Amino acid sequence: MNNLLKFFTAAIAATVLSTGSLIAREGDQISIVGSSTVFPFSTIVAERFAKNTDFKAPVIESTGTGGGAKLFCAGIGLDHPDVTNASRAMKSSEKETCTANGITPVEYMIGFDGITFSNSNKAQQYSLTKEEIFKAVSAKIMSNGKMVDNGYKRWSDINPSLPSVKIDVLAPPPSSGTRDAFVELVMHDTCKKVYKMSKDDYKASCSALREDGAVTEAGENDNLIIEKLAANQGRFGIFGYSFLDQNKDKVQGSIVNGVAPSMETIADSSYKVSRPLFFYVKKEHVGVVPGLQEFADYFMSLTVSGSPLEAAGLIPKP
Amino acid sequence: MTKTSIKSRRARETRLKAYGIASISFALIMLATLLISIGLNGYSALQQAYFKVEVSIDVEKFIDESGALNNKKMNLFNWDSLVQSALIEMFPAVKDRDEKKELFAIISANSGYDLKETVKSNPLRNGSQNLAVWLHLSDDADQYLKGRLSIEIPEEDRRISDKQIAWVDSLVERDIAKLKFNKTFFTSADSREPESAGILGSVIGSALTLFVTIIFALPLAVMAAIYLEYFAKPGRITDFIEVNVNNLAAVPSIVFGLLGLSVFLSTFGLPRSAPLVGGLVLGLMTLPTIIIASRASIRSIPPSIREAALGLGASKMQAALHHVLPLAAPGILTGTIIGMAQALGETAPLLMIGMVAFIIDIPTTFTSSATAMPVQIYMWSDSAERAFYERSSLAILFLVAFLISMNLLAVVLRKKFEKKW
Repeated sequence: MNNLLKFFTAAIAATVLSTGSLIAREGDQISIVGSSTVFPFSTIVAERFAKNTDFKAPVIESTGTGGGAKLFCAGIGLDHPDVTNASRAMKSSEKETCTANGITPVEYMIGFDGITFSNSNKAQQYSLTKEEIFKAVSAKIMSNGKMVDNGYKRWSDINPSLPSVKIDVLAPPPSSGTRDAFVELVMHDTCKKVYKMSKDDYKASCSALREDGAVTEAGENDNLIIEKLAANQGRFGIFGYSFLDQNKDKVQGSIVNGVAPSMETIADSSYKVSRPLFFYVKKEHVGVVPGLQEFADYFMSLTVSGSPLEAAGLIPKP
Repeated sequence: MTKTSIKSRRARETRLKAYGIASISFALIMLATLLISIGLNGYSALQQAYFKVEVSIDVEKFIDESGALNNKKMNLFNWDSLVQSALIEMFPAVKDRDEKKELFAIISANSGYDLKETVKSNPLRNGSQNLAVWLHLSDDADQYLKGRLSIEIPEEDRRISDKQIAWVDSLVERDIAKLKFNKTFFTSADSREPESAGILGSVIGSALTLFVTIIFALPLAVMAAIYLEYFAKPGRITDFIEVNVNNLAAVPSIVFGLLGLSVFLSTFGLPRSAPLVGGLVLGLMTLPTIIIASRASIRSIPPSIREAALGLGASKMQAALHHVLPLAAPGILTGTIIGMAQALGETAPLLMIGMVAFIIDIPTTFTSSATAMPVQIYMWSDSAERAFYERSSLAILFLVAFLISMNLLAVVLRKKFEKKW
């Protein structure tokens, strides 16, 4: 028993000592956080970067754009990440935090991601405006200058030229970046531009989706949404363009404001429900963390058409 | 009157027994269904499709003045094109650029890297050498050879084209492509290419984490249990501690992750994604479990043992450490192993401290970046590639086997050291 006790005392002492001497991350590894949308692209780049250069493989976490920016802007030093991925440009509030902590984020735009409003390709292709999509999915709609509960049951209730089909939409969960982008690009945009609401107003009343059965929250698994759309022709789903591209045998994207989603229309931003994707590099860490600048350059060299990133669904800059 | 009452009592007893058997068989059937379905999905990941290339390599090119292989020189060489030209030689009819691209898609995107590593691991001397290497086919070709891709559906809906199928078939006919044991799965860490992905990185990550957990939690828990059983005076404060220990055992694990984030990462500045922090967080999480098990075990030791020791002049400490603790050890050990098994299966607390990450390197120290086995399963099952599906199933089987052996160890240890009174 005494021996056991001695062993544990020694082990605790050893652990405490090793903690003291190796307090920060081993400095030769790039640490990346941020958007789950950019995550798959970032991992492809990281693996190729590690296998083709002498630098160590970066560690990549999928924390979401907001979570990533928070970690990234928290400070300089090896216990803070070097790169953050983002599915939107950094907010001014985030930039302020960064500046306050002495951080200069260097922005790299890697390409675009489109969000599609799709249904089974056995059904007819819809041509909708952002306002019509808003009326179909929003919890509150505009009626005589007031926001009231959404009562639309069928597409023909919204616009008589649309078919008389029950509104049935599968939406991504609130944790998803696709959901954030959809709310911002379709719902907030409609309230801002069509209803001329102020920022506080549209954030308060144009962010919630219906809960009366017309909109169902699907899980994070986009493959499952595709299967459900193929099984039910009246149903619509909201997901990123890369999934539409890989499943063109089953689903089609609706025309939004007169433009159908495609590689070209998203790249030249004529398809309006699209967002640019970014990553930010901490300038203060360049030269301190080995391979950081090389990683950024390597990432950018892969954001061209014909690259493995395009095969994974990234829409390169035109 | 008595007869009927006895009859109905017996009938009730029979019914109760039947309910019990029904519940047990339901649980067993569910478990069997789960394991069989995972097994059916996962067993094929034990094999991987390989193809053989013969390349000639001029080793002189990669040797520096000291006579050792030079990493820089090796990195500058285009290994991919070496493999690709060898592949073109196998199919001389392929000329067109698009067709070549289609052909290269049947082999792993990491082929060049794998070849480089092979050359590194068997150092060749004396100039140019011919080398025959088995490299991975791509995940789609692999799934096709395993019969996991249906080829009845129209070509444009498939992951693999008619041409690619013909190429793969021809490789198999010439006996330079076949399914072999998937060694990579057990010897490498994560990768974006299913054929290069393995669980070793996460297994070592889990082992390092659990080591920290046990070193941290076991002594603390045993000390706490001894204090609470033998030294603490019954009263409000002891009751308060007791209630809190029990409550702590029921706190959702994600809360411990948040605690770890704010205490270990923010306050102490420990590194993200490190097994050290993961182990501390999981240690905090299992602490109450071990305390409760240890207390129960200490309490089950007959008081006469301790009283006899005290009566013969032993101090309280001597009685506890020399007499009670060795007898209570089997019970404490069982509690600890069950706590460890629970910690092994956790992902939620690891999420907050950055161990849910894509990491290609196998961890070597307590502060290098690492993931854990359940995290690896979670990340693979989230990937789009079909081949990751079977790999995540195999990883689940591996994890379950690990858990079963841990629990078995607990049973064996208890049986071996248990004393009957």
